[in-house]
Formats: sequence, structure tokens, C-alpha cells
Amino acid sequence: MYRNTDIINEGSQSPSFGEAGDLVINVGPQHPATHGVLHLVITLNGETIKKVEPHLGYIHRSIEKMCESLTYRQFIYVTSRMDYLSSHINNHACALCVEKGMQIEVPERAQVIRVLMDELTRIASHELWWGAMAMDIGAFTPFFHAFRERETINEIMEDTCGARLTMNYMVPGGVMADIHPEFQKKVKGFITLFKSKVDEYAELLTGNIIFKNRMKDVGVLSKEDAISFGCTGPVARGSGVSCDIRKWYPYEIYDKLDFEEIIETAGDSLARYMVRLREMKQSVRIIEQLIDNIPEGDFQAKTKAVLKLPKGEFYSRVETARGEFGVYIVSEGATTPYRIKFRSPGFSNLSALDHMARGSKLGDLVAMMGTLDLVIPDIDR
Amino acid sequence: MFIIDYLKEVGGAVKSLLKGMRRTGYYFTHHKEIITEQYPDNKATLNLAQRFKGEVVMPHDEKNEHRCTGCTACELACPNGTIKVITQFVMTPEGKKKKAIDKLVYHLELCTMCNLCVIACPSDAIVMAQTFEHSVFDRSKLTKILNNPDSKIMDGVE
Repeated sequence: MYRNTDIINEGSQSPSFGEAGDLVINVGPQHPATHGVLHLVITLNGETIKKVEPHLGYIHRSIEKMCESLTYRQFIYVTSRMDYLSSHINNHACALCVEKGMQIEVPERAQVIRVLMDELTRIASHELWWGAMAMDIGAFTPFFHAFRERETINEIMEDTCGARLTMNYMVPGGVMADIHPEFQKKVKGFITLFKSKVDEYAELLTGNIIFKNRMKDVGVLSKEDAISFGCTGPVARGSGVSCDIRKWYPYEIYDKLDFEEIIETAGDSLARYMVRLREMKQSVRIIEQLIDNIPEGDFQAKTKAVLKLPKGEFYSRVETARGEFGVYIVSEGATTPYRIKFRSPGFSNLSALDHMARGSKLGDLVAMMGTLDLVIPDIDR
Repeated sequence: MFIIDYLKEVGGAVKSLLKGMRRTGYYFTHHKEIITEQYPDNKATLNLAQRFKGEVVMPHDEKNEHRCTGCTACELACPNGTIKVITQFVMTPEGKKKKAIDKLVYHLELCTMCNLCVIACPSDAIVMAQTFEHSVFDRSKLTKILNNPDSKIMDGVE
């Protein structure tokens, strides 16, 4: 109904339609470049974008409300269905929050396993982003290269966690099972493979002149805007904002690890691209430090059969592959939470899209969306 | 000067394209590094991970005995209401009434393979199987009864 062209021609001042002569087009909810059911209503003047309006709600499953009827052990698995590419890190945040409330000491072995798995997930997520983003802007080959290496990580996950994507490996107090006997061997094999292939990525895509021209100075987000839109993760770090939760509010054993926070200052799509590529190398660095030093001990702390968080409010946050993921639990002292709020990185990052797309051409929108690394179920829980 | 810059850019563009094409050419001539799996054809030699979570099953021994006591720990642990334990009272040889399972109903269509029921089970009665092809023509076939007909609880499992 609101796509009625008569209204547009009459020059309605309604916020959705723009002025006379503007063309309003819909990208999505079923569009291959949005990687899901994201609906963008774009107001165009010729080929220049005047406004981008994201419409959400196509994959809303009311996960926060669902969690209110699940116990503190059960609600963790639901968060895998939000940001399915870093499901392990989402689960980590939930487990951390419950542990904070219950004051459970996590054994050191469990902490190391958690961090190892987190970093593997981060690499897998960035690999998929690299392939999918390249495919969005028209380079098809990188997709296969990225998925080949990602498959190795998926096999490692399958061995230890029993699933490839929605692992549900975290439980309050540690991890669900001990690592697979061949875990260390396979991870080392992956690292050698990855190091030889990561230069291939640069050869294939990063140095390509067509790719560079499509990414450079496209979708510029200044440092101030990145902060005011609440962007986190590689999007904010591409604009020069230092916001790595692993550095600022270290959880588990991240404060003992030696790694760099990657910051690029250009703020354009190429900067965000470079942040993610360099972040993968840092994740490999973290894995290399830990893989030979997994301490002996329990993989799970002894917890009560029924978990009851004391009355109060608890918040914990982690750095997922897309940015800051926060879990906020309000407890009334019962076995189920009174209220749960998830702070997902994708939602805030998407809000910056309108600002960075204004004034640029329609073809560049895909490059911007690609480097924002949007996962729609994460935006729209 | 503009012409020189322009030509430099063109030269750089051709160079970067050739670099990428070298990678493509490498894999074009190195077939052994291609890792495509021909899935339905290699079904016999397919190796699934031991811990792969395919579906919940209840192992029975050769005497048709299982380890389930009917304590409903799995039912309580399940976030989706996938498992329903239906218990009944049976007479033991000593003439006492004892609680035992009649049916352990498992709704595969609701299951998210989160493994919470398996770790909740105190007597290791249910495990995850490695089957993964669950598609059927009738939805009712997805509701399964895990214990075999006429099966009994193993001796010594409390």
C-alpha cells in the first residue's frame, strides 16, 4: 500500500516516500545480497541514494521472551540461533553471565578450551564473511577458497562439540565435554594450512584493482559517527575506535594473552575489510599460544543440580566476530530469569548503514552491507 | 603526467588480475588439491565424527534390556518439550510395585540436538546417534518411541 506511486508523485512529505521525482525501491526481504530476510526501503534520486530505511521483523522469534520460560542451563542453546556464525561466542557470554551470578569458579582448562573455541569460531566466521562479501561484489572464486579452510574448522568443531554450527558446547561452569583426543593435532594442522592460504587471499582479492576501487572511499564512517551509532567490532575498529572487549574488559584468560587490537583509521569499506583479515591472523596467534599449553584438570566445575541466580541484575559481555555481545539478566531468585536482554552487535552496526549510504551510488550499497557483516537473525532476534 | 599515471594504473590493474589468475591456473592444473566430496556416492565410506549429534536413541543389549529408570531427568532438561516419559507401575518378582517406563516418546521434529538430555541422564540410558538423514514423507513418523516393545530395565540400574 505504501508503495503507491501516486503518493510519491504528489510530493508527499511522509518520511517513507521522499520528494517528488524520487524513486523508492525495495531491496529484500528476499534478496541474495542481504544474506537473509533484511528489507531495505531505498529512496533514490537517479542512482544516488537519498535514504536507506531498514525494515526489520521478518525473522523475529522473540528469543528474549522465550528465554524467560527456560532455566539457566536451557536458555544458552537459544543464543546459537541468533548470530549463527559466532554461536559459540554467544553461548560463552550467557555462560559467563550465569557464572557471574552464581559465583562459579571455572577451571583453567575449561577457560583455555573456551578461548580456543572462540578464536576458531572467529576465524570461521571471518572466513565465511570474506567469501560471501567477495561474492556479493562479483568475485565468485574466493567463496570456494574461504569455505575450503572453514570446512577444516567445522570438522574440528564436529569432533569435539558434535555439531558444525550450533554447537551448544558451553554450560555454566565450563564446557560440556572434554576435547577430542585429536583436537590439538587437528588444530595445529589447520594453523599450518591457514598460514599458507592466507597470502593466497591477498593475491586473489586484496590486491585486485577492481576490488580496491570498489572498496576504497566507499561507505565512509567517521570515528565520531561510529561511536554515536554504537558500532562495535570490526566496523568501529575500521573507523579508528578502540573497542575490543577482549582488551578493555578481559574475560577468561584474555588478559594473559599476547595479541594486538587491530585498528584502521580510514573508516571506509577497505579499512573494515583489512581489519577482519588482520584479525584472523591475530586469532591464529592466540591459538598458537594456547594449543600446546592446555592445562590439565577438570573441564567443568561442579555446580548445583538446579541453578538459581540470586535476586539482582547481571551483565556480561564478550567480543564476537561482529562486535560486542552483551547478556543482561534480571533475576527474581527463581530457576528461570525474570527478564533477559541481549545486546547484539548487528543491530547497532546496521543503524549506521543509512548514514554511510547517503549520497553514494546504489551499486556501492552492496559493498557497504558486505563489510558491515550483517547476520540478520542477530539483528532481529 | 596524467598519461603516465593513467598508464601506470592500467599496468597495475593488469598485473593484479594476472596475479589472481595465476591462483586460478594453479588449481586448474592441480586436481589433487581439490577436496570436493561426492556425497551420495561416498555414503559407504563416509566417516562421521563420533560425537556427532544426530538424534537421541536408547541403546538396548542383546537381552532387550535398557538402562532407563523413568526418572524424567531428560524431560526436565529438555528446553523444547521433545521428550515425554510415560511411566507405569510393574510388579517385581518379590511382589513389590516398582515404577518403570512404559514409553519414552521422542519428538524428532522438535529436537535441536542440544545434548542437554544426554548429559542430564544419571544412568546413561540415552545417547546421541550419528544418523543425519531424517527426512520422511509423513510427519507422524518423526515421533518415535525410544524403548523397544517388551523391553525391560537392566539388572542393577537404579
